[in-house]
Amino acid sequence: MTLLADQLLVLSLLINFVVLGTSRIAFAVRAVAVQGILLGVLPALVHPFSWHLVGIVCGILLAKGIIIPWMIMGAIKKAEIKRELEPFIGYTSTLVLGAVFTSLAFMFAAKLPLAPEHSGLIFVPASIATLLCGFLVLMSRRKAISQVIGYLVMENGIFIFGLLLANAMPVMVEAGALLDLLVGVFVMGIVINNINREFSSLDTSRLNTLREE
Amino acid sequence: MTGPGEVVPNLALLIAAIILQACSTLPLLFRRSALSQKISASLMVLASMIGTTGAVRSLTDPAAHSLLLDWSLPFGPAEIGIDPLSALFLLPIFIITGCSALYGVGYWPAQKHPHTVTRLTFFLGLLAASLTTVVMARNAILFLIAWEMMALGSFFSLTTDDKHEEVRDAGILYLITTHLGTLVLFALFSLLSINGSFLFPAAASLSALHPLANAIFITALIGFGVKAGMMPLHVWLPSAHASAPSHISAIMSGVVLKMGIYGMVRVFSFFAQVPLWWGATILVLGMISGVVGVAFALGQHDLKRLLAYHSIENIGIILMGMGVALIGQATGSQAMMLLGMAGCLLHVLNHALFKALLFLGAGSVIHAVGTREIDLMGGVGRRLPLTASLFLAGSVAICGLPPLNGFVSEIMVYLGCFRGVAFSNGSAVGLTALAVPALALVGGLAVACFVKVYGTVFLGIPRTEEHSGGHEAPGNMLVPMGVLAGFCAVIGLAPWLVAPLLAGAVAGWHPSLANSTAALTSLVPFNWISLLSTSLTLCILVGTWVIVRRTSGNEHSTAPTWGCGYLRPTPRMQYTATSFAEMLVKYFRDLLRPQEYSPEITGIFPAPTRYSSHITEVVLEGLYLPFLEYLYRKTAPFRRLQHGRLHLYILYILVTLVVLLVVTVNS
Repeated sequence: MTLLADQLLVLSLLINFVVLGTSRIAFAVRAVAVQGILLGVLPALVHPFSWHLVGIVCGILLAKGIIIPWMIMGAIKKAEIKRELEPFIGYTSTLVLGAVFTSLAFMFAAKLPLAPEHSGLIFVPASIATLLCGFLVLMSRRKAISQVIGYLVMENGIFIFGLLLANAMPVMVEAGALLDLLVGVFVMGIVINNINREFSSLDTSRLNTLREE
Repeated sequence: MTGPGEVVPNLALLIAAIILQACSTLPLLFRRSALSQKISASLMVLASMIGTTGAVRSLTDPAAHSLLLDWSLPFGPAEIGIDPLSALFLLPIFIITGCSALYGVGYWPAQKHPHTVTRLTFFLGLLAASLTTVVMARNAILFLIAWEMMALGSFFSLTTDDKHEEVRDAGILYLITTHLGTLVLFALFSLLSINGSFLFPAAASLSALHPLANAIFITALIGFGVKAGMMPLHVWLPSAHASAPSHISAIMSGVVLKMGIYGMVRVFSFFAQVPLWWGATILVLGMISGVVGVAFALGQHDLKRLLAYHSIENIGIILMGMGVALIGQATGSQAMMLLGMAGCLLHVLNHALFKALLFLGAGSVIHAVGTREIDLMGGVGRRLPLTASLFLAGSVAICGLPPLNGFVSEIMVYLGCFRGVAFSNGSAVGLTALAVPALALVGGLAVACFVKVYGTVFLGIPRTEEHSGGHEAPGNMLVPMGVLAGFCAVIGLAPWLVAPLLAGAVAGWHPSLANSTAALTSLVPFNWISLLSTSLTLCILVGTWVIVRRTSGNEHSTAPTWGCGYLRPTPRMQYTATSFAEMLVKYFRDLLRPQEYSPEITGIFPAPTRYSSHITEVVLEGLYLPFLEYLYRKTAPFRRLQHGRLHLYILYILVTLVVLLVVTVNS
C-alpha cells in the first residue's frame, strides 16, 4: 500500500509543476482540485480502516476536491479573468525554481532526524516541496486569484506533513486544518472583492498604494 | 498569613466587589435605556460600599491573606491577595469609581447620548474591576493582564467622544505611552522572577545587594512613572485628562495615576535595604514634578487641562513623600520612613478625593456653560451655588490649606523632611533641606492657581453671552461631590481617625514599621491639627452667619463696577485668568516658553485687533517629538523594507525558509 501512496505523492508533486507552469487560471484550479482528491485518498491508504477515517476522507474530498475549487471557479467567472498575463517571475523560471526547490526538499528531508518507520517514505520531502511550490506561486503571481491557488498548494503541503504526525488524526486537528483553509479562502475572497472594487483590477501589486508614508 | 485556598471574610467581600463591578458592564448591553443605566450605576455603588468595608477591615487587620485561583495560567498559578498596603489603595478605587458611576447617570444620560452610553458604562465597569484586580494581584502575570485591561478600559472610556480629532489624538498618545510603560514592566517582572517564580516576593525579602536591584529600581521607576504621570514621562496626561468625559477624568486622575504609585511602593517593599540614591532620585523627581507641574498649570486656559497639570504636581508631592521614606530607609531613620510613607499614602488617598471632586465640579461647570475655556466663563457661582461651594472645598483641599485633608498629608511630608534635616548626615541633609522650600513653593503656586480659577470661573459676571446660561447640576451629580467633600472634611477635621489605617498600610510596605500607630501619633501632632481645623471651621461658619444675618435685612442693588470714569464698560474688561497669572508665568518663562501674539497698536484710532497666548506641552513638543522625528529620519533605509508589495513580503519569508533549510542541511 505504501508503494501506491508513494506513487500518488509523486503524482501530486508533478501537479505542483503543472500549477507552476500554466498561465491559464482555470486549469491551475482544476489541477489543485485533482491534487486535493489525491491527497484525500492518501489517509485511506496509509491508515487502517475505521469509520472515523471514512469521515475524514469524505470530508477532505468534499472540501479540497469540490467545494473550494468550485468557489474559486465562481470567483474567476465573476472577475472575468482567464489568464495570468504578467507574472513577476516568468513561467520557465518558476518551473526551474520549482525543480530546484523540490530537489532541495529531498536533500533536506534526508538529513532530518525522522522516526525509522518514516525515513523510507517520501511524505516529508513531498510535503516540503509542495509547501515551497505554494510559496513560489504566492510570490511570483500578480493576480489575487493566483495567490489563492498558491495558498491552497501550501495548505496541501502542510496536509501531507500532517498525515505523518498521528496514526489516526484526531477530528479536531483535521477540523482545525480545514477551518484554517476556509478562513484563508474567505480572507482572500474579501481581498479579491475589495481590490476589484477599489482598483477595477485584481492586481495585488497595486496594493502598495495603501502603505503608510 | 492564611494558607492558600482559605477564604477570609475580607477577601470574600473584595472578590464580591470585583464581581459586582464586572456585572455593572452588563445591563446596558441587554437593553439601552435609562433604567439599565441606573441599575448599572447602582451595582457600582453597591460594589463600592462592599469593597470599602472590606478595605477598611483589611487595613486594621495586619495579616496578609491570599487565595490561589483555580485557573491555570502559563507561568504558574494566579494568586490574588489582600494586605494593608493593597487595602489603602483600594479605598480611593472604591470611593472614586462609585461616585463617578453615580455622577455619570446625570452627566452622560442614556437619553442624551444613546450611541455612546453603552460603551462608556461598559468600559467604566471594566476599568473599575481591573483596577481592583491590579491592586490585589499577587503574581506578575495576573498583574500584567489586569494592568493591560486597565489601560484599555481607560483608553476606550477616554475616547468616548471620538468624533473630535483632539480626543482621538489624546487617546492614541495615551495608548502609545502606556504600552511603552508596559513594555518596561515586562522587563521589570522578568528581572524580578529571575529565580523562576512569578509570584511577588514577600515584603523586605530581597537585598539591595542583589545584583539586579538597580535594574529593578530603574525599570520600576520608568514603567510605573509613565502611568503615574511623573515628570518628564507625563506627556500623555494633560491631553488625556482634558479630553475624557469628566467623571472618567476623575477616575484617571484620582485612581489610575495612583496605580503607578502603588506599583512603585509595592516593588520597593520587596527590598529590605535600599541605597541612598534611590530615595534621592525619587525625591528630586518629585520636586521637579511638583514645581514644574504647578507652573504649567498656572499658564493653562482650559479648566480640565489645568486640573490635569495639578495632578502632576500632586504626584510630585506623593513622590517627595516616598523619596523621604526611602532616604529614611537608607539612613536607618524609622521616623523618616514612617512620616514619609504615611504622608505619601495619605496624599494618595487625599489627592484622589479632592481631585475627583474638582473634576466632577469642573464637569458640572462645563456641562452648564458649554465651554472648557476659563476666560470665557465668569459668574458661574451665582447660577450653580452648590457646585461653587463644593468646588471651593476641593480648591482649599488641593492647596494644602487647613481645615481640609490636603494639609494633613502635606504636613507629614514636611515633618519627614525636617527630620531628615535635623537627624541625618551627609547628602541626605541637603536634599531634604531643599525639599522643604520646594514643597512650600508648590503650595504657594497652587494657591495662586486656584485663586485664579475660582475667581475667574465662579466670581464676577459672565464674560460672553453664549456661555452665560446653565443651571445647577441635578442631585445625582451633586451627591457624589458632596460625599467626596465630606471625606475631605472628615480627614481634615479628625486626622487621628486615619492614623491606625496609615500605620497598617505603612507596615505593609516595610514590616519593621508594624504596630506604629502610637509612633505616628507622637510624631504628628494630630490633636493640634484637629484643634486648628475645627476652630478655623467654626470661625468661618460664625463669620458667614454674622455676615448673612447683617446683610439679609438690607436692600440689594446691582450696579456695574466703577470703571474710573470709563463710560462703556463691558464684562470682558474683567480681570481674566491669563492676566491674573501673567506675572507668575513670566517668572517661569524659560521653562514654560509661552507663545504670545500681541500686535503693536499704532495710531490714535487703531483698528480692532486680537491678543492671544498659548502654553504648549514643552516636554512633548520640545523633546520627544523632535527626537522621534530624528529617529524617523535616521531609520529611513530600514523603512524601504516596508514597501507594501505583497510579493516581496512573501519573498522575505521564502528566503528565510530556504536559508534555514540550507543551513540545517549543511550543519
